[in-house]
Amino acid sequence: MNAVEFIIAGMLAAATPFLLAALGELVAERAGVLNLGVEGLMALGAVIAFIIVYQGGGHLLGFLAAGLASAALSLVFAVIALGFRANQVAVGLAIGILGQGLSALFGKSYESLTVKGLPKLSLPGLSDIPVIGGLFAQDVVVWLSLAATVAIWAMFAYTKTGLVVRAVGENPKAAHALGYPVIAVRFAAVAFGGALAGFAGAYASVVYTPLWADGMIAGRGWIAIALVVFGTWLASRIFLGACLFGAVSLASLAAQATGLDVSSQLLSSLPYLVTVIVLGIISSNRRLLKLNGVASLGEPFER
Amino acid sequence: MSALSAPLRPVLVRREHASLPVKLIAPPVALALATLLNLGLYLLMGRDPVAVFHAMLLEPFLSWASFSEVLLKTGPLLLIAQGLAIGFRAKVFNIGAEGQFILGAIFASAIPIWFPEATGQWIWPSMLVIGALGGALWASFTAFWRVKLNANEILVSLMLALVAAQLLNYLLLGPWKDPNGFNFPQSVMFQSDAMVPILIPGTRVNVSLLIACALSLAAWVFMQRSFAGFKLQVGGLAPRAAGYAGFNEGRAIWLSLLIGGFAAGLAGAAEVAGPLGQLQRSISTGYGYAAIIVAYLGGLHPVGIAFSALLMAALYIGGDNAMVSANLPVAAVRVFQGSLLLAYLVAIAFVRYRFEWRHAAHGSSP
Repeated sequence: MNAVEFIIAGMLAAATPFLLAALGELVAERAGVLNLGVEGLMALGAVIAFIIVYQGGGHLLGFLAAGLASAALSLVFAVIALGFRANQVAVGLAIGILGQGLSALFGKSYESLTVKGLPKLSLPGLSDIPVIGGLFAQDVVVWLSLAATVAIWAMFAYTKTGLVVRAVGENPKAAHALGYPVIAVRFAAVAFGGALAGFAGAYASVVYTPLWADGMIAGRGWIAIALVVFGTWLASRIFLGACLFGAVSLASLAAQATGLDVSSQLLSSLPYLVTVIVLGIISSNRRLLKLNGVASLGEPFER
Repeated sequence: MSALSAPLRPVLVRREHASLPVKLIAPPVALALATLLNLGLYLLMGRDPVAVFHAMLLEPFLSWASFSEVLLKTGPLLLIAQGLAIGFRAKVFNIGAEGQFILGAIFASAIPIWFPEATGQWIWPSMLVIGALGGALWASFTAFWRVKLNANEILVSLMLALVAAQLLNYLLLGPWKDPNGFNFPQSVMFQSDAMVPILIPGTRVNVSLLIACALSLAAWVFMQRSFAGFKLQVGGLAPRAAGYAGFNEGRAIWLSLLIGGFAAGLAGAAEVAGPLGQLQRSISTGYGYAAIIVAYLGGLHPVGIAFSALLMAALYIGGDNAMVSANLPVAAVRVFQGSLLLAYLVAIAFVRYRFEWRHAAHGSSP
C-alpha cells in the first residue's frame, strides 16, 4: 500500500474523533454556548470507554458509558455557566482541567495497556476499486459518524428543532418572548455536545488507537473547537475540515514510515500549525464570520 | 393555578451593587468547598481523607523546609498569573502561557548552552531578560493573529503552547542534548554564573521571587493607577465605550499579550536558571495552566493573586507529599485545581447575584 492509498483508506477514521467532537461543539455553539472544555470531556470519555472495554464490557457499553460520563461533566459546565451565569471561558477551561485530571486519575493503573479495536465493514463492490477502495472499508463508528453529520446538517437546515436552537443562539431574548425555554434548550445542547465529545474520546481510545496513555487526546479537543470556526458553523464544512485534519495526521505518520528526513517533533506539531494557519486564513475574512457566526455566542442569558 | 399555590423555587436576582464582602469571602469558601468534594473523592478511592488533608493542605506550612519549597513554586505562578490577569481584565484570553514559559526557558538556556565557558555576574540577568523577550516573542504571534487576522486568541495561543512543547522536545532530543547525559532528554548542567543567586540561605529560594514580588507591585500600579491600565480595563468592561473614547483595541490586545508573554517567559527563564540548572523536558509542571486558575482565584487583582499563588504553590507541594505518604496519584492535584476554579466561579456568582425564593408561576412569566 503506498502513501496515498494509506491516507485515503485511513483518513475517515483519523477524522472521526475531530468530527464527533466538533459536531457536538457546533450544536452547543449554535445554541449560543461556548464550551471550551472539549479536551477534558474527550479525555474523560476516552478513559471511561477504555476501562469498560478492557474489563470486558464491550465496545457498545464503553461508548454509552463514555457518552454518559462526558454529558454529565458537561452538565456541570451548564449548571455553573448557564445557571450561575459565570464566565463561559473560565468555566470551560476549568472543566477541561478537571476532565483531564479525572482521566489521568482513573486511567493510572491502565497506562500503556491495549484493547482490541473494531472490525472494518466494507461496502461490497466499492471497496474493491483500486486506490480509493479503502475509503469504503470503515468500522461501524465511522459510518455512524457520517450519518450523524448528515442528521445534524438536516436538523439545522430543515427541522423546527434546529430553528429553535439557532433562535436561542442568535437572539435569546426574542426566543424567550416567543415562549421557547432558552436555558433548557441550552442545557440540552451542551449535554448533547458533551455526549458527542465523550464518543469522540471513546473512539480515540478503544477504536482508532486502542491503547491507554495519559494525555492521549493531545489537543484534538481544541482542534475540534477550531474546526467549528473553520467550518463557519456548518456541519458540511466541519466534515471537510475534519477530513483535512485526518489526512494531515496520517500524512505525518506516512512521512515517518517512508523514512523522510523530517524531525518527528515537527510532524507532531503539524496539526497544531495547520490549525493556526487555517484559523488565520478563515478568520481574516471578517464578513464570512459575521455572516455565519452565532450572534450571542458566550453571552449569558438574563430575562 | 394561582401564583400562591405554586411551589417556591430559588431564582438568581441581580444585586443593585456588587457585594464586596462576598468578593472577599468567595476564595476561602471555594477552597472549603473544593476541599470537601475532593476529600469525598479520596474516600471513594479508598484513601484516608484525614491523612490526605494533612499531607496536602497542612504539611506544606508546618516545616520551614517544606514552606521554603512552597515559596520556590510561588515565584513562577505569581509572575505568570500577574501577567495573565492584566490580559484577562482586558478580555484578552491568553491561555498559552505554558508555551511562553517554555520559550522563555529555551531562550534563556541558549546563553549557557552556547557559551558554557563564560563567566561573570552578567550571565544570569541576561538570561532572565532574554527569556522574558522570548516569551513575549512567542505571544506576539498570537497578538498578530488576533489583531491582523482576527483569529481567536484562545485557540491560537493554546495551539502555539502545544507547538512549544514539541520544540522543546526537538531541542532536547537533538541539538541541545547533553552528549554525556546517558541519552536523557536534557541539556548540560549550567555553569554557576548562570544561576540566579539564592535569596534565603539554606533553601532553594532565589532572587527571582523578589523580582516576582516587585513586578506584582508594578502590576498593581499599572492596573490601578496608570492611564494605560485604565484603558485596558475599560476595553474589557465596556468595549463600545472604549471605542467611543478612542482607545485603540488593537493596541490593548498587543499590550496584554506582550505583558503576559514577557512575564511567563521570565518565569521560564528563572526556572532553568534557578532550581533546575539545566533545560529539561519537565521544566514546567503545568505552571502556565495553573496560573490561569491562580489569576481567577485572586479575583484578577494583584493583591489577591499573591495569596492565590501561595495557595496553588502549597497545593503542588502538598500533592507531592500526599503522593508519598498517602499514595495519592499526582493527577489528584489537577482534579483539585479544576474543582477549585469551578467552586470559585460558583462562589463569585453571588457577588453580582443573590438567591430569592419565588413562586415558580411568578418567576416564569416574561
